[in-house]
Amino acid sequence: MTEQEIFDSVQEIFRTVFDDTDIVLTREMTSADIEDWDSLEQINLLVAIEKRFNIKFQLQDVKDLPDVGAMLDLVKRMVA
Amino acid sequence: MSLFDYPFDGAMLLQKKRSLRRELLKKPNLTPKKVAILSGSTIGEIKNILELFLLDYGIAPEFYVGNYGLFYENLVFDDGSLADFKPDILYVHTSRKNLKNMPTTADTAQSAGEKLDAEWARFEAAFNAAKRFGCPVIVNSFDAPTHRVMGNRDAVDARGGVYFINEMNARLTTYVGKNEGFYLNDLAYLATRFGLDNWFSESEWYLYKYAVSMQYIPELCHNIANIIKSLLGKNKKGLVLDLDNTLWGGVIGEVGPEGIELSTETPGGMAYNEFQTYLKQLENMGILLNVASKNEPAAAESGFTRSDSPLKRDDFLCFKANWEPKSQSIAEIAKEINILPESLVFVDDNPAEREIVRQQLPGVAVAGFDGPEKMIAAIDRAGYFEITTLSADDAKRNEMYRQNLARAAEQQSFGSYEDYLKSLEMQGEFGSFTPPHAERITQLINKTNQFNLTTRRYTGPEVEALIEDKSAVTLYGRLADKFGDNGLVSAMIGHVHGDECEIELWIMSCRVFKRQMEHTMMDEFVRRCAAKGVRRIKGRYLPTAKNLLTKEIYGTMGFEKMSESETESVFALQVEQYVPQNTVIAVTAKE
Repeated sequence: MTEQEIFDSVQEIFRTVFDDTDIVLTREMTSADIEDWDSLEQINLLVAIEKRFNIKFQLQDVKDLPDVGAMLDLVKRMVA
Repeated sequence: MSLFDYPFDGAMLLQKKRSLRRELLKKPNLTPKKVAILSGSTIGEIKNILELFLLDYGIAPEFYVGNYGLFYENLVFDDGSLADFKPDILYVHTSRKNLKNMPTTADTAQSAGEKLDAEWARFEAAFNAAKRFGCPVIVNSFDAPTHRVMGNRDAVDARGGVYFINEMNARLTTYVGKNEGFYLNDLAYLATRFGLDNWFSESEWYLYKYAVSMQYIPELCHNIANIIKSLLGKNKKGLVLDLDNTLWGGVIGEVGPEGIELSTETPGGMAYNEFQTYLKQLENMGILLNVASKNEPAAAESGFTRSDSPLKRDDFLCFKANWEPKSQSIAEIAKEINILPESLVFVDDNPAEREIVRQQLPGVAVAGFDGPEKMIAAIDRAGYFEITTLSADDAKRNEMYRQNLARAAEQQSFGSYEDYLKSLEMQGEFGSFTPPHAERITQLINKTNQFNLTTRRYTGPEVEALIEDKSAVTLYGRLADKFGDNGLVSAMIGHVHGDECEIELWIMSCRVFKRQMEHTMMDEFVRRCAAKGVRRIKGRYLPTAKNLLTKEIYGTMGFEKMSESETESVFALQVEQYVPQNTVIAVTAKE
């Protein structure tokens, strides 16, 4: 799976979860950039990503994800 | 097909919750309800997904969410905010993570027993405190622990976690059984069904304090929503069943009754046999069984003559074996037994038939399954018939509908409708509400949609409070005739202010509509009002999607229409001008 494919899929998940088709992800984006992105939505995003890529995160992986870039890197590492 | 039809895709509901909510809020005629959720662990997504399921059931919830983890404190030491909220439903979201006195291996058997008593006392105090809100209270059982320090002995030893939780569940379910207004959300059963390792996720607990893994929150919420919609009278009432490859294997028109698969001696036959046995159990609780089959009637009926068939022809109320579209058969069945098509669930192995029914009769629920071995689960887990109360009348319901069909047959042989009514030899009993009737009255109030002037709902405690209320005029009506006893079928509630009485509720079961029962109810109500010195009776009609048939009923009974708008019509009656209407029912008046 290419980096672009991962990016597109994750962006699609963000758009669905936040019900906003205009969301354009950047690696620097954090929860401060999307109004509804709180700790509850964080888990919703992670569960959706797990499902989409058929992976299972461990506590260590997700307890500290500073931004979208870290999220994309984590997925990339796990699907590699 | 709706995303909420069972079996639903929980992950999809979680991801799309915002757009789904937006769409669902556009539904017409949503019933607003106040739902308080008290927290034993994180509520966030539970509230969001519960809202979706309730909206799908036509209920628009307004939520009160208790402080994180403070269910006990919110209930026992309410700061007034919960009481001010006036909940219609209270849900206490607890799990084994709220057990504070779990024993350890350092305990003695005696100290472990004391901890159990202390823990139960804490929950009992919280539940008892919940009673003062006078609304239904939904409580969770406790999921089994994910680890067992003593291994298998954990379930036997008083110091074991499994033992402790089993004991807590036994006390909790006993409490729910004994305390009216309490309902069990069987979290322990759900956890077992999905597997503890799936149900509970350590990392989701550590990170977000979710006591139920995110992916099972939709299942949990579906379970809670089923209880709530059942309490609000939104259960399904009956099934419409296909025959070939649904109630038995094979095509009976080709292989005959001896050739169909139904025997418990073959694997295929067992699945159908067990399905029929399951349906028989539903029938015992008052669920109406009907058939819609593309078959010759004689061939269709012959399947039930087999001695090993759990269901017999007599178990079915309406039996449609013809070559018409099934949507048409279902519509006829609904009309004949006088219920709304949306009260029915259609079960058919053929996806094409399901699709036609979905398109032609969008209100009818369609069971989704592939393979006969999945049929029971498809019906059981969808929660169509979630039972929150079971009254004696429920068990007799099939019989009552059967009598109604017999009455309809008899009606055809009379010259005038009044002659027919007289021939029924009807006997009515009328009286003020009394404690033995309260449960049935509450049930009737909350499930009656068609003959319901105000669609106001009452909880059990509210109905009981009316019994003592001196300013209230209450009236129930029972009706029996030569075909059988219909049971308690109508209720009215009014309040007297000075010399005026306002009717706040009038409901009647539609199976006795147009038998002068409604007229006799009014006769009795007016008589009782007059005895209290009432000179004027006011009645309101509040329109809903379903109660159109009562729109002008006050007008036909001597009331004068005072005002009319889209949301309300008001009628008034001068008591001294009232002319009694009943000519066919023999009345027994109780206090």
